[in-house]
Formats: sequence, C-alpha cells, structure tokens
Amino acid sequence: MDLFEHQGKELFARYGLPVPTGEVALSPDEAVAAAARLGLPVVVKAQVHTGGRGKAGGVKVAADIDAVRGHAADILGLDISGHIVERLWIEQASDIAEEYYASFTLDRSARKHLGMLSAQGGVDIETVAARDPEAIARIHIDPVDGLSQPACRHWVRAARIPEDVADAVADALVTLYSAYVDADADLVEVNPLIVTSGGDVVLLDSKVTLDANSTFRHDDYAAYDATQTRDEREQAAHAKSLQYVGLDGTVGVIANGAGLAMSTVDVVNQVGGSAANFLDIGGGANAEVMAGALEVITNDPAVRAILINIFGGITRGEEVANGIIEATGRVDIDSPIVIRLDGTNAAEGLELLEPHLSDQLMMEPTMLDAARRAVELAAAGTPEVQP
Amino acid sequence: MDENTRVVYQGLTGSQGRYYGLLNRDYGTQVVAGTNPRKAGTDVDGVPVFATVAEAAAATGATVSCVFIPAPGVPAAVLEAAEAQMELVVVITEGVPAHDEAFVFNKLQRDHPDVRLLGPNCPGIISPGRCNIGITAGHIALPGGPVGIVSRSGTLTYQALYELKQQNIGVTTCVGIGGDPVPGTSFIDCLAAFEADPETRAVMMIGEIGGSAEEEAAEFIAEHMTKPVAAYIAGVTAPPGKKMGHAGAIVSGGKGTAAAKMEALTQAGARVGQNPTEAGELMVDIVAGL
Repeated sequence: MDLFEHQGKELFARYGLPVPTGEVALSPDEAVAAAARLGLPVVVKAQVHTGGRGKAGGVKVAADIDAVRGHAADILGLDISGHIVERLWIEQASDIAEEYYASFTLDRSARKHLGMLSAQGGVDIETVAARDPEAIARIHIDPVDGLSQPACRHWVRAARIPEDVADAVADALVTLYSAYVDADADLVEVNPLIVTSGGDVVLLDSKVTLDANSTFRHDDYAAYDATQTRDEREQAAHAKSLQYVGLDGTVGVIANGAGLAMSTVDVVNQVGGSAANFLDIGGGANAEVMAGALEVITNDPAVRAILINIFGGITRGEEVANGIIEATGRVDIDSPIVIRLDGTNAAEGLELLEPHLSDQLMMEPTMLDAARRAVELAAAGTPEVQP
Repeated sequence: MDENTRVVYQGLTGSQGRYYGLLNRDYGTQVVAGTNPRKAGTDVDGVPVFATVAEAAAATGATVSCVFIPAPGVPAAVLEAAEAQMELVVVITEGVPAHDEAFVFNKLQRDHPDVRLLGPNCPGIISPGRCNIGITAGHIALPGGPVGIVSRSGTLTYQALYELKQQNIGVTTCVGIGGDPVPGTSFIDCLAAFEADPETRAVMMIGEIGGSAEEEAAEFIAEHMTKPVAAYIAGVTAPPGKKMGHAGAIVSGGKGTAAAKMEALTQAGARVGQNPTEAGELMVDIVAGL
C-alpha cells in the first residue's frame, strides 16, 4: 500500500520527525488559500504514487500568489508515468544547504532490515549506486535488537555525513527506524533528507509503502487504502477482497493461489492467447468468493472467455463447484467458462458440476487443455476487426 | 519426518485447524494433540486438546507443531512451540506481517537455533505415504521417490505433485516454503536436505517472480548439488510493477523477472520448463536417465 508524499510526512510528524509545514489542495483556489495561510514562498508538489515527479514538471517553487495559481493549474491533471495528478501538496519552501538520502526496507536475502544512507541525496539512488557504490552506506538491523544510537552514529559516519550534523542526522534516523517498524512499513525512503542553512535536519520528501497484512493492528490504514490508485476493474475486485491485476487480453483468469494464477496467465499467453487479468481467489475460497470473482471478470468488456483453474489444497472442490453454479445463476455471464478442477474434493466438485455443463460451461482435465480451450473460445468470440 | 512423527496442532479447535488436522490424521499422520488455552481438557474427534504446546508435548511426545492460528497470534504461537522444543514448526497461516516474520526468524536463530520453521503462508510438508503436515491434498502425491519437491507457491506445489503422478513418478518429500518475504525455510535449506537424503535422487524446484531466492538457489545448485534439478518459475509473462498476490511476487526495476531466474537456473545446470507440464516432462527425462 503506497502513501502519498504528504501522508508519509504526516506519519513522520506523528513521531516528532521534522517535516515542512504544508496542506493538501485539490484545486488552484485551494492551493492559493493554502499558500496564503502558509506564507510565501511555497513549493507546489504533485501527489502521485510514482517517482520522477520533478523531471515531469510536477514540483515547482512559487514566490508569489499568481505563481501558486499558475503552477497548481499546470500540475493538476498532469500525466506522470500514467498517473494523473489529482491532488497537490503545498508546503513552505525550505532553504537547502545539504541533501542526503536515507531509507529502511526489508532485505529478504539477509532476512534483516536494511538501512541505506548516502551523503549524495536529491538524485535517484540507483544513479548513485551505479556511479559511486561506495557513496551508499548500508547497515543490516536485526529486528530483535532494533537500531541503537551508537550503531546509528557509526553508520552515519560511514556514509560520510559531515561531522557538525552527524549526531542530529543519526537521531532523526533512529526515530525514522521506529516509525518504519511501528507503522509496519515495507519501505520508508527520504530523498532528500536535508540540512538547512541554519543547520536544521528536515525530511523534505517521503516515500512510504505499508504492509497490507498489518491492517489488523493499524486502524488508520483504512484512510490510506481509500487513496490507492487502482483502475476500475481493480477497484471492484479490491472491494471484494480479491487479489486482482488488470491485463490487456481477452481470457479472464480465475485461479486459487498466487503461483497458480500467475502460471495460468503464463500458460494462456503461451498457447497463443492473452490473459485479461490475474485473479487469485486465495485459500479457502467459498461460493461467495467465486461468485464475486466471476462478477469482476464479467464486468471487463474485453473478456471473451473465462478460465477457472482450481487446484484444491485449502480450497475445497465442492465449494468451488457450488460457487460456480450459484454465480452462473446470479451473474449475467456472456462469455463461455472453461473449468479445470483438481485436488481436495475435486471428485465431489466435478459431480456437482456435471448436470450444469453446456456449451457455455465446460470442463477440461488439465491446465494446458483448459487454457487451449479457453483461448480457442476467446478467439471465436472476438469480433473481426473491419478493415 | 515419517509415519512415527508425532504432531501437535496449534489451533486444532478452529474450523481450518480441525478440517486439515483430521484430514492429516486420515492420511496417516500421528495427530496426537491440539492446543487452545480456553478449551484445554476437551477433544477434537478424539484428539486431546491442551492449554499449551509444552503440556501437549509432555503428555503426547509431540516433536512437531503445525500452526493454524490467525495471523495476529502467529509470532506468539511460533515462539511458544520453540520454547516447548519442537524440532519443526509448520505455519500454514497466511497474512502474517513481514515485520513479524523477520522478528520471529531472527529470534529463533538466536534463542532456538535447533528449531526449524517452515512458512508462514505455506502448504506444509508431505512425505507421501508416510506423513502429511499441512493442507496438501495427500492423494495427489505418489509415494516412493526418487523426486524431492521444493516450491514457493502453494497451489503450484499441488500442480507439481499432480504432474509427477501423471507421469507415474514418486516423491520422497514435498516442501512448500511459502511465498512470503521472510520464509522460515529457504530453497537452499531444502536443496541441501535433498542433496543429503539418500532416497531423493532428483529435485523439482518451483519458484516465482520477485526477490532473489531463486538466483541464490541457482548459485547453491551450481556449487553444491550433484543431483539433477528440474525447475519452473511462475510469472514469465507478468508485467513489471504489479504485485501478483504474494507479498514477494513483484517485478520492479528490472529485478526479479522470471527470465533472469530461469537464466540463472539454466546456467547452474538445472533444466527449466516454460510451464508446470513442461517441467514435469523434463523430470520424466531426468528420472529415465537416473
């Protein structure tokens, strides 16, 4: 779950971390009003879940009110790597003397948290890594111990942060690590972390990704969830708690388990078709979940055939069968459905499905056979393009 | 792990725990106990329920635990099992926060280095014909060997067992390590175990996009494996930047692609199939040549 820059900064501020004061604006008028309250100059910043905002013209300094209005009007609606800007963050401009880079994330290979720090901030960290790998100081943090102040000070010096601000930077990083752990973040990245000409440490940007699995202990995540960027299909699937990723093809895919769903998409593409989506109904999927999945797939106008690929472990065959039967009665489905069902209670499921089979609902014994059939049906159901 | 391994189920009284615990018993697993502090003294279809893993172990001689506790309770459940000196803790539960997984993994390494954790978010481990701990549909696995299976994906594990059974190839042990960011047991742990196991003569490995676990496994295969490996990586056609269900499964910044993983495995001497069926066919070829 990705946060907007301002949401990340608001999260940092709750831990007492120094961030510039600012306000959200959804229109040029709101931007002007915010700037009047904050005092000029301000920075007008596009709020999107993607990087490269500066290069795309999504971050601009405004010295007067006319400039605020002009920049806000320019930036709203801007397309930044496919993300349309719908909200702005107006913040007091900072007086930048030094720019650093800092981040915490989980290093899956080391199975420990990884801190990265560089005195060369304000530019893409991958560029720094390629140009001067020595300029990035890494620290592995055992989650049982956490990040101690002495370890952090040592790390800050390894990153060649100037001595006069080193301790202040280290203190901010110890707090930032607490925020990273408390918030169950997959990533917190601050680029740049600045020192002002007055010598103050300020977190000038934020990139925060939260672990959706930790929602049960974070009541405030619901608000972040509401601002995620999803296409219409993905939003509908999300509302039904389905793991869905929209693709560009004509075969709708429903499978249980992320691996099998990915593999089903692969096989559809390999036998000459194209998958319309990735959809994992998860473990223990019941009739309700299957019906919801079919609704989501059917709402995609590009879908010409549906492939349901279920291998039961925790998902039981008879539940899947009941779900399909119930959904076909409840949802208006134009596309033919091909089912492949195996695993736990597959025989019971197949027996339940048997009386319902038709040229709109068919079964195939293997994943490959089912994919081939669905691809054939999708091709037959796709209207010829008129020259 | 064999037909004599005694297993305690943490969360046996819940609906999933009960369903799969009893299925495991039907398969032949020694399901000797369940735990639930509020239901101690009762039983689940004849399986006694204890308040704690330590009490269950003392009364029944259980040495392995299988965890069906909901995600918020998983860290405490695993540490409880470790303190009761379980040799193996299998966590089926999905949705455990990554920070909890990292904490528990490192805590075990420090305080309970002899405890092996499998999962979370995994289908478990099955030694076909002997013992099934977890949610694998036992009937899809053909006992006897010579193939060992290790997989990052639950349902693809079943697919692999099924493909091999279709080809009349038996399996010694099948381990689902799970697709979460910090799995208790890695590909390398399993590959090393298969290399050391005299009954296993070839290995099927199933990975997926995201992370670098497959690349690390490839390095291990190149340096340490004498037994042949057939592999499959899910997500060959996955678009970058889209998280495919599993917390780990994402191609980002050109890293974690199926192509890179397949290349690394091929370089390491593994034979890599484009889909599960093809990987099964490669294994037929490997087994014929053993």
